[in-house]
Amino acid sequence: MKTDAKTVQAVAPIVLGIIVLVVWEFGCKAAHVPRYLFPTPSEIAVSLYTQGPVLLMALWVTLVVTIEAFVVSVVLGTLIAFLFVQSRVIEVSLFPYAVLAQVTPIVAVAPLIILLVKNTSLALTICATVIAIFPIISNTTIGLRSIDPGLLSYFRMNKASRFEILVRLRIPSALPYFLAGLRISSGLALIGAVVSEFVAGTGGRSAGIAYQILEAGFQLDIPLMFAALVLIALTGVILYALMQALTKALLGSWHESALGEDH
Amino acid sequence: MIETQSSQDGLRTESAATGTPVIELAQVDKVFANGMRGLEPIDLRIMPGEFISLIGPSGCGKSTLLKLIAKLIEPTSGTIRWWGGDFADVGTDGHRLSFVFQDPTLMPWGRVGTNVRLPLELARRPAAEIAERTKAALAHVGLTKYERHYPRQLSGGMRMRTSIARALVTNPDVLLMDEPFGALDEFTRNKLDDDLVRLSAEARLTTVFVTHSLYEAVFLSTRVIVMAAQPGRIFREFIVDEPPARTDEFRTSDRFAHACRELSTILTAASHASGADENA
Repeated sequence: MKTDAKTVQAVAPIVLGIIVLVVWEFGCKAAHVPRYLFPTPSEIAVSLYTQGPVLLMALWVTLVVTIEAFVVSVVLGTLIAFLFVQSRVIEVSLFPYAVLAQVTPIVAVAPLIILLVKNTSLALTICATVIAIFPIISNTTIGLRSIDPGLLSYFRMNKASRFEILVRLRIPSALPYFLAGLRISSGLALIGAVVSEFVAGTGGRSAGIAYQILEAGFQLDIPLMFAALVLIALTGVILYALMQALTKALLGSWHESALGEDH
Repeated sequence: MIETQSSQDGLRTESAATGTPVIELAQVDKVFANGMRGLEPIDLRIMPGEFISLIGPSGCGKSTLLKLIAKLIEPTSGTIRWWGGDFADVGTDGHRLSFVFQDPTLMPWGRVGTNVRLPLELARRPAAEIAERTKAALAHVGLTKYERHYPRQLSGGMRMRTSIARALVTNPDVLLMDEPFGALDEFTRNKLDDDLVRLSAEARLTTVFVTHSLYEAVFLSTRVIVMAAQPGRIFREFIVDEPPARTDEFRTSDRFAHACRELSTILTAASHASGADENA
């Protein structure tokens, strides 16, 4: 029975996806929907194939910005979280500004950043970092604080140094929270990269996938637009799956969040 | 002065008469930050090899007293001496103190072996010694086969035994236990009590043990300190007149039943002497 349920869980979404694609394909054809309004899946697939190299090049540009922003967010966000935990005063004075950066829509701030920073790709990375960093800061801060008070007493009783408490107690305790932050942040970095590319509207050699969407829109090449969307969505899914695998690898043996259903 | 409470009953501790006390409290009291009085000034001498149980109604300060001895909290006034000196010497050879919490308090990300080894690693012992002692401690509590397991894979009793192995691995002279078996079923608890008697004898431990169970107190202790609440204070002392090497035979004997009855009477009196609303 259990394997049946698992099979259903894996197969059901695929079956649904196929049904939707088939209905979409034949529905569009039957209703004679023009391809410049709403293309069929097969037209999107053709576009994806013929324009593939161009799209992948553009995706690569966006992906570089995403990864840069993500890495900077993780490093900087973690450092800020450590700073917060060291002193309440630092946290109390800085945290409102972290929130401010988070709640201000990036679309509104991006033009300013792009105007101020000459180097476009650097400007894009900064924009994407501004939104990707917050989950890392807040989750890691909470994680570093949420240590078992009994264990802390135990470490202190055994005359453990601050450094030992950090490495052996705070960091492992924070890990589940940090990894949850990582999952959210990786998605936000991609969103940030795409959104700021839209705002920057950079063409030429450093044109990212968002620019391809913009251009396809101007040319009414709707299948190309969809093809670009498919690639962005796939990238997001892969990023999420990677973070999930990392979580499983680091927490799988001990933390409830990463345990299978049978536990 | 020190044993005013017990001398009323004409009880004398053999061990109390000889040698220097391992731990000595003189007029130690505790007032909490919120102004509540946790403990009246207390005098207590713990002699080498004693197994002392602290028992009493809730709010009597037995856990507070244990935490004062472990220096987990500071007394409001009065002095505590460890091996005749201050706490700075604790942790050196012959002056080791281990604490077992109410909960197993294990690192969930560490395997049983990693958890047991922790105090030795924090004390920066050589690797060979750590390996050897960890192995011995695990064998003592019967967890050798579970060294590679994570805490969540163990039963409550096994987690507690891991915690005890971690306390024993440093080769302590004094073991402080804060109601360690309170959350376990009676069968598991009896088994761990048996183990504790054996381990205390093997390791020549001095033990201070907080418990809610008078049967457990009688079975384990050489001396039971009955406390009363509101304010928290020592109400009376009770000597269990039985050689410390106890077996299951003692648990079913008339001597045990008799001692339990006596202690029960004292506990009832302690309960009456405590604040009325506490025992409603």
